[in-house]
Amino acid sequence: MTATSDLTTGAERPAFLSRFRPRGAVWLAAPAVLVLVVALAYPLAIVVVRSFTDPVPGIDNYIWFFQSAVNRTVLQRTFVVAAWVTLVSLICAYPYAYAMTIVGKNVRLVLILCVLVPFWLSGVVRTLAWVILLQDSGVINSFLRGLGLSPVKLIRTPPGVIIGMTQVLLPFMILPIYSVMKGIDTRLLQAARSLGAKPWRAFLQIYVPLSLPGVYAGAIIVFILSLGFYITPALLGGPRSILLSSLVQNQVLSLLNWGRGGAMGVVLLVATFVLLAIAAPLMRQKHTSTRREA
Amino acid sequence: MPSFPRILLGLFCLLVAVLLLAPTLVVIPMSFNGNKSLAFPPVGFSWQWYGNFFSNPDWTTSFTNSLIVALIVAVVATVVGTLAAFGVTRAAARTGGLLRALLITPMVVPGVVLAIGIYAVYLDTHLVGTVTGFVLAHTMLAIPFVLIAVQASLEVFDRRLETAASSLGAGRLTVFRTVTLPLILPGILSGALFAFITSFDEIIVALFITSPYLKTLPVQIYSSITRDADPTVAAVGTLLFLATSLIIIAGLLFGMRRGRT
Repeated sequence: MTATSDLTTGAERPAFLSRFRPRGAVWLAAPAVLVLVVALAYPLAIVVVRSFTDPVPGIDNYIWFFQSAVNRTVLQRTFVVAAWVTLVSLICAYPYAYAMTIVGKNVRLVLILCVLVPFWLSGVVRTLAWVILLQDSGVINSFLRGLGLSPVKLIRTPPGVIIGMTQVLLPFMILPIYSVMKGIDTRLLQAARSLGAKPWRAFLQIYVPLSLPGVYAGAIIVFILSLGFYITPALLGGPRSILLSSLVQNQVLSLLNWGRGGAMGVVLLVATFVLLAIAAPLMRQKHTSTRREA
Repeated sequence: MPSFPRILLGLFCLLVAVLLLAPTLVVIPMSFNGNKSLAFPPVGFSWQWYGNFFSNPDWTTSFTNSLIVALIVAVVATVVGTLAAFGVTRAAARTGGLLRALLITPMVVPGVVLAIGIYAVYLDTHLVGTVTGFVLAHTMLAIPFVLIAVQASLEVFDRRLETAASSLGAGRLTVFRTVTLPLILPGILSGALFAFITSFDEIIVALFITSPYLKTLPVQIYSSITRDADPTVAAVGTLLFLATSLIIIAGLLFGMRRGRT
């Protein structure tokens, strides 16, 4: 969503229009900024402050965080799971988005509906459905037994968590990729083929590079959202697949240890914003590349 | 006769579609389960879980709470977010870009980090378990969705129409009411819908700031799931799914009719 509207934000307006831009329009955003300061910036500042002051001033909470083997394992697992979710989503989304660009109008409508319908089911209920599907006596294992295969342990394992998270995040991968693919001029592929390139070569060398801005946008959104996932891993995961968010919750609500919970939260927050900062140039590339093609 | 790669692609897409739809396909049949168990495929048939949803005060109260909070959030976030969208679109390009990046940060901040921060602030200010507390937190989470929806409408809105109206003598408020507002209304309405759904479905912050006296529906669903295998959850999920589908389909039909005339 963000990625598609980014494209239009940069659009040049005719010069004569800018003369009619009223001064101080920016103040219209003041109420929204106020809400954000009260309900976002101030609470996050409290988390940061407590991580350095609770129970004693200093960086003890961070030293504790990085010295504990359990924490390091969970931090690493959080990143590994996010990477897997991003990879599996990409593998599912790329061909799907491509298919959306080549089918007729009616089939495309069906494909788009399949992407949007999951949003209409309540998030918590959706996770419950995955518990039912993945459990040892669930649909997937009955199906495997029916085929004469041995059942797989899915619930309370990282693969189970990855499947559940992928289903929730897949639309965030499909939509940006589709919005970029939609704009690719397929005559470029015909041109490549008329110059003697094999269809696969033309696809890999012309089409794939042009679709990359959508892939970057989708991948970064999915990765960042995965890092902060809480409900799905909490319900689908077991003790060996706990992620950072659950540890934060545990420190604050069960152990009432605001300092340590805060330090974990700050690590998660910093990781998110560092990733965004790294990814921002990749997403900006989109403007220049689309403009060059246009 | 489609080529072999095309058939392969078709089969793959079918698989992805099944993955996307699987939870919905499981929840709806489960809501008609004859036994008190969350099993799939369900055994027998009954309407009792729907009956339970409408008669059990735990469910009806939390539903009413969510409805009240989400309606207030939809109104407040739509007004505040629409104003912000005007600010972002009509400010100088650089300021507007910065402002937009700032206002959509709630979408990327990890839910739990936000939740513990808000919980800390609410403990000090006695906002835990209050409608005001829920509305404030949910409005903040909903603003980005309104901003994006309204901004998309404003980008394609032709400013010359406003200039034309004011050159014919209309005041700024009249221009807004009779020219700008009707043209960007679809964006505002879809923003309001997004805001409503964001609040109605929000669970992470809600789990922290809830109290025994004020539970929202997602919190009730979550505690029901972690407590026992009550198929009422599936009935609630199905009802919400149907309601959302109807609203969105109605919106699409309305939009199509508007587009034609």
